[in-house]
Amino acid sequence: MDFNLTPEQEAFRDEVRRFLDENLPPEEERDAMFQLRWGKLVREKRWVGFSWPKEVGGGGGGIMEQAILKEEMANRRAPPLGTCIMGLAWVGPAIIQYGTQDQKDRFIEDILDAKYQWCTGYSEPDIGSDLASLQCKGLREGDYYVVNGQKIWTSLAQWAKWMILLVRTNPDAEKKHDGITCLLVEMDSPGITVAPIQNMSKQPFFAEVFFDDVKVPVENLLGREGQGWQITIGALANERSGISEITGLLRELDLLKELARNSRIDGRPAIEDARVRRRIAEFETRVAAMRFNGLRYLTKQIRGEPLGSETSVNKLHTAHLEKYTAEFALELQGSYGAIAPGRKHPIDHGRWQKEALGWCTAVIGGGTPNIQKNIIAERILGLPHD
Amino acid sequence: MNFGFTEEQEMLRAEVRKFLDSKSPIEEVRKIMETEPGYSAKLWDEMAHLGWLGLLVPEEFGGAGLAWVDLTVLLEETGRSLYPSPLLACTLAVIALCENGTPNQQRRWLPGLADGSRIFSVALQEAEDRLDPEGTQTTGRSEGGRFILRGEKHFVPFATAAQHFVVSFRNSEQPNDVSLAVIDGDADGVEVCDTPSIDTTKRFGVLTLSDVSVPAERVLGESSPAGWPAIARLLDHAAAMVTAEAIGAAEGGHALIVEYAKQRTQFGSLIGRYQGVKHPLAEMYVDIESIKSLLYYAAWCLDESPAEAPLYVSMAKAYASDAFTRIGIDGIELHGALGYTWEYDAQLYLKRSKWVKSAYGGSDHHYGRVADLGGL
Repeated sequence: MDFNLTPEQEAFRDEVRRFLDENLPPEEERDAMFQLRWGKLVREKRWVGFSWPKEVGGGGGGIMEQAILKEEMANRRAPPLGTCIMGLAWVGPAIIQYGTQDQKDRFIEDILDAKYQWCTGYSEPDIGSDLASLQCKGLREGDYYVVNGQKIWTSLAQWAKWMILLVRTNPDAEKKHDGITCLLVEMDSPGITVAPIQNMSKQPFFAEVFFDDVKVPVENLLGREGQGWQITIGALANERSGISEITGLLRELDLLKELARNSRIDGRPAIEDARVRRRIAEFETRVAAMRFNGLRYLTKQIRGEPLGSETSVNKLHTAHLEKYTAEFALELQGSYGAIAPGRKHPIDHGRWQKEALGWCTAVIGGGTPNIQKNIIAERILGLPHD
Repeated sequence: MNFGFTEEQEMLRAEVRKFLDSKSPIEEVRKIMETEPGYSAKLWDEMAHLGWLGLLVPEEFGGAGLAWVDLTVLLEETGRSLYPSPLLACTLAVIALCENGTPNQQRRWLPGLADGSRIFSVALQEAEDRLDPEGTQTTGRSEGGRFILRGEKHFVPFATAAQHFVVSFRNSEQPNDVSLAVIDGDADGVEVCDTPSIDTTKRFGVLTLSDVSVPAERVLGESSPAGWPAIARLLDHAAAMVTAEAIGAAEGGHALIVEYAKQRTQFGSLIGRYQGVKHPLAEMYVDIESIKSLLYYAAWCLDESPAEAPLYVSMAKAYASDAFTRIGIDGIELHGALGYTWEYDAQLYLKRSKWVKSAYGGSDHHYGRVADLGGL
């Protein structure tokens, strides 16, 4: 074991730090103009899509360098590297791995430049966790797939220009997984209707998307017909590797400690209460475990061993922390815990209330905790399928 | 950056596992744990010949001169096999000597530890069971170049098997003014008795010191005695060793339940198909993976980054204490009445978890320490 960086990696880290010293103003000075400038600068550095191959416009960076870059950025609370959220998270990697040259030419650069957003058409009204049973139909007719059906819980649908969509092209496939195909669909295609859904904080965060005889040209088929499931599994695993989350979680912990220092229980500082101290120490230990799990998985990747379902471990830790740190913060606030978030909230404008109502994306998106446990039990422990 | 084991370490793991699987399978463990010394002298000798008892002993004193991360590999495997032996006690004595002994003291005692001919134990705790400087109340009165030790040491691992003891004692009322000395079990005024333990693969006892006369050359460090920081470090080493063994034992217990879930049919289906069974098994996997990550980092710190070690040892021990407790209990429950029987092995892991949670500080103690060290 060795936690030191090589001289090259150290030089890279120093380069990143220098860049941040020179180009990243304090948070309160970051206005819209800065955001634009930042986007251009990091794109020029090829730090957007840092690990993507150089041929498609990525940075061609190594796994360790990517971890260094993300950690340094998170430490300084820098804005994200690129703003095409889903494009960078999984659409791009899927196109790079399975796409035709034409698709790479058409989409990758736009993702890197954040010309527009992508959305993801996976879940359906009756199909959530059991994604492989999806029903939305795609029938091949000449040079088109004709899509009919419905998707739901589609984040960013009302703003996205393109969607990565899963449809059933072969209802008779022996294994239901083999009848699924992945299409890239333009959101202004005739026959698509988007109906936003409000989340519990009344924000139109996700939407229903209806498909009525939508014609998708065959050149927008990603991979082969019937390969959609395989592409999706790879893409979601991409989403779960998440070592850069740790810095964010550590920051949450600092804020939680701050809250405990400023709260009182029975007239005494909450921070002196043994139960409070233990709870915070438990959170801190869990974050440390995530960090070291992440480093072990990173080591595996550096050694060229594929990452499998073990990344569900950190996904479960994240879910726990997302749910229970905010909950604990509300507990520390006593009766103030029940006051609605907003400018009038006497404690941090109600940031903990917002979080206590806002963890849904991190915990449910990409597979609920129960699904992560199924994945571990079935794929790692070899227990029988449900 | 490399947070993984080397090829050599993986080879060591494979060798230890092969040895223990063939020489000390669970039926053998059950026999050994019913015997009086609580370990097999024959297997002890064989392990000595393989070089595993002197893993941390420097080469000049007959050891392998390896590091804590190598020790982790060995302990995970002895833990997995529930192998009953004074390995932890002897290794802790090795560390006490390496960190605090003079060259003469190291030359005197380390070779016997490396070749397995001498059994040592380390006596740091007392009846009050405090893991702070006040925990050492045994006195060492200075008298003409000798120290007269008086007090009672508790929870001394494999006390009745040991021939020598590294004991902590107090020089003065000054809280940190404590020292370590090596005493012989057959010296005048030394009395040893066994304390019955829930987990009979793990023995401990009481060491009574009634004015035991110790010459100055037996005080570790001689003219510059150890002091509280040295004892605190030993307690960290001890907690880390318990955790390393806990990983293996937890994996062993977990594997037993997973296998059962793949074979046992109820309501017309393998019980491993039910989420009421498979989800706790997945949670155990998450916990074991996380203890590994915490402990591996702590093990690396103990050698390479000592200032960080207390925090990460405490994180690992705290997490392991609670997680293994759950694995022990669920292991019985998921087996149904079978898990409750003497004959079935689930009980052995449950009992081991009781030792793990108690040894060198439970989760309350260690989470408290995480809070202290984390700036709360």
